[in-house]
Amino acid sequence: MGIDDTITKISAELGDRMLEIDRHSDKRAYLEIAPQTVIASAQLMYQKLGARFQIATGVDIREGFEIMYHWVLDDEGLIITMRTMLDHEKPEVDSIAPILPAAEWIEREMWELLGINFRGHPDLRHLLLADDWPQGNYPLRRNHSPGADGGVTP
Amino acid sequence: MSKRTIIPIGPYHALQEEPEFFKLHVEGETVVHLDIELGYNHRGIEKLSESKDYEETVFLVERICGICSTSHPIACVQAVEEAGEIFVPERALFIRSTLGELERIHSHLLWLGLAGHFLGFNTIWMWAWRFREDVLNILELISGNRNHYAMMKPGGVRRDIDKADIPAIDKLLDGLRDPIAMFRDTVIEDPLLNARTKGVGILTREKAIAYGALGPTARASGVDIDVRRDHPGAAYGMVDWDVIICQNGDVFDKAVVRILEMFESIRIIEQCLVNLETAQGPIDSDPKIVATGEGIGIYEAPRGEVFHYIRSDGSNRPVRHKVRAPSFMNVPTNCETVLGETVADATIILAAVDPCYCCTERMAVAVDCDGGERLWDARDLMRLSLDKTDRLMEETGWTGPRPPDYLLKD
Repeated sequence: MGIDDTITKISAELGDRMLEIDRHSDKRAYLEIAPQTVIASAQLMYQKLGARFQIATGVDIREGFEIMYHWVLDDEGLIITMRTMLDHEKPEVDSIAPILPAAEWIEREMWELLGINFRGHPDLRHLLLADDWPQGNYPLRRNHSPGADGGVTP
Repeated sequence: MSKRTIIPIGPYHALQEEPEFFKLHVEGETVVHLDIELGYNHRGIEKLSESKDYEETVFLVERICGICSTSHPIACVQAVEEAGEIFVPERALFIRSTLGELERIHSHLLWLGLAGHFLGFNTIWMWAWRFREDVLNILELISGNRNHYAMMKPGGVRRDIDKADIPAIDKLLDGLRDPIAMFRDTVIEDPLLNARTKGVGILTREKAIAYGALGPTARASGVDIDVRRDHPGAAYGMVDWDVIICQNGDVFDKAVVRILEMFESIRIIEQCLVNLETAQGPIDSDPKIVATGEGIGIYEAPRGEVFHYIRSDGSNRPVRHKVRAPSFMNVPTNCETVLGETVADATIILAAVDPCYCCTERMAVAVDCDGGERLWDARDLMRLSLDKTDRLMEETGWTGPRPPDYLLKD
């Protein structure tokens, strides 16, 4: 099963919920989904296709916050990335940590560094930053300036 | 009702290469819950990388970890090369694999030595680190440095391996086979090491998959993954070697996987060196720009897959650079493996995923909340572990070297 078959299989399962397909190369694909589809896509990748959850990447871009869930199919050497876009006003998405514990830490990381709220996360608290880090101060956001840390010393 | 006590291991402790805080919740001798706190070493590398150009970024990620100081750069340059569609000459690929495998051998020897030390088996520690020295000498011969080799760059490598050096490298490599075979026999046959590690800290295959465990931690639990075979970067598609898999997921299997992997690493390096004799040509394609795009670079570090994601907007620095080290996935598996085990075994179980180590040895002291009485400190934990070894020596009738007294002195 190559990358085209895998994309076809995922599209067949997700149907309209798949917004865009970017077949990047023979080994990489980037598929865009709506935030509501995140849990369904995680169930599909992890439970049906047996993909390994590699990590998720959060980026602050002009259009909003983009989260990329990187899934690996080791047998075929493919990396399928599911992207989803959240708006700047209220960045919120369902947590996939209840489905697979591997996502627990990275969601905590994105929560504290980018200020994205993960609904239904079992244990949403600081991972890397100090427990008394000021609220509403997100270091990986574009508008964060190094002096704006509210007097927190490392 | 049994009384629950919290034993803090960390934030600064000899068991961990980076400061991390393991809160062991114990009832009597049994661990019932583990809480992990981290962030003591958070340096904001991802954010920092956005202000560096692509050449500088490689030096930056090299400093994420002193032990994996060639794995992060390889993954990083692979991500840049994928984003910018940059060509890498064949000779550079062989040099990359050579360095990567040398690093694996020195890292596994380092772990083996520390594992022996935690069990009170200091002979293994001394011997493993003595032979690790040979590997570091080879790395110094090639790169000029024992660690932080500064060899990788987008499009190739910075330094060539001199043809005149190859016989010396070959000789040192050959000298490693016997010592590694000795370690293999020691671990597999020694009754004491068997008693301390077999069936201890088991990570089941299902849990390994659910937690996304990587590298030797996953392979010891029967999860058949290896980036070098599944996603062949560098020269791994051009050489012949095997992936080592064990089934039980205990500390013993994790040790066996690492030891057997060192033989495979020697095999890979030898083939790379043979190829370096013939593969001529440039070592660097010298790219001037990185085109707009995004790329994922993954590489099998000694501890498992390291992941780098780079997004380029066509300028000379990344817009986003995501880094995921293998310990990020492996350390949470401790929450499963340590449950139901004794405090004496907790040290080796927590160390079995090979979290990064640092040379700092310091630990908080457990104090009884009510009475203010001091319960345990680092030395007490060490004593607990050594006592268990002593007890087993008596039971099995095995005699061997005693740990030096200074370990137990205040």
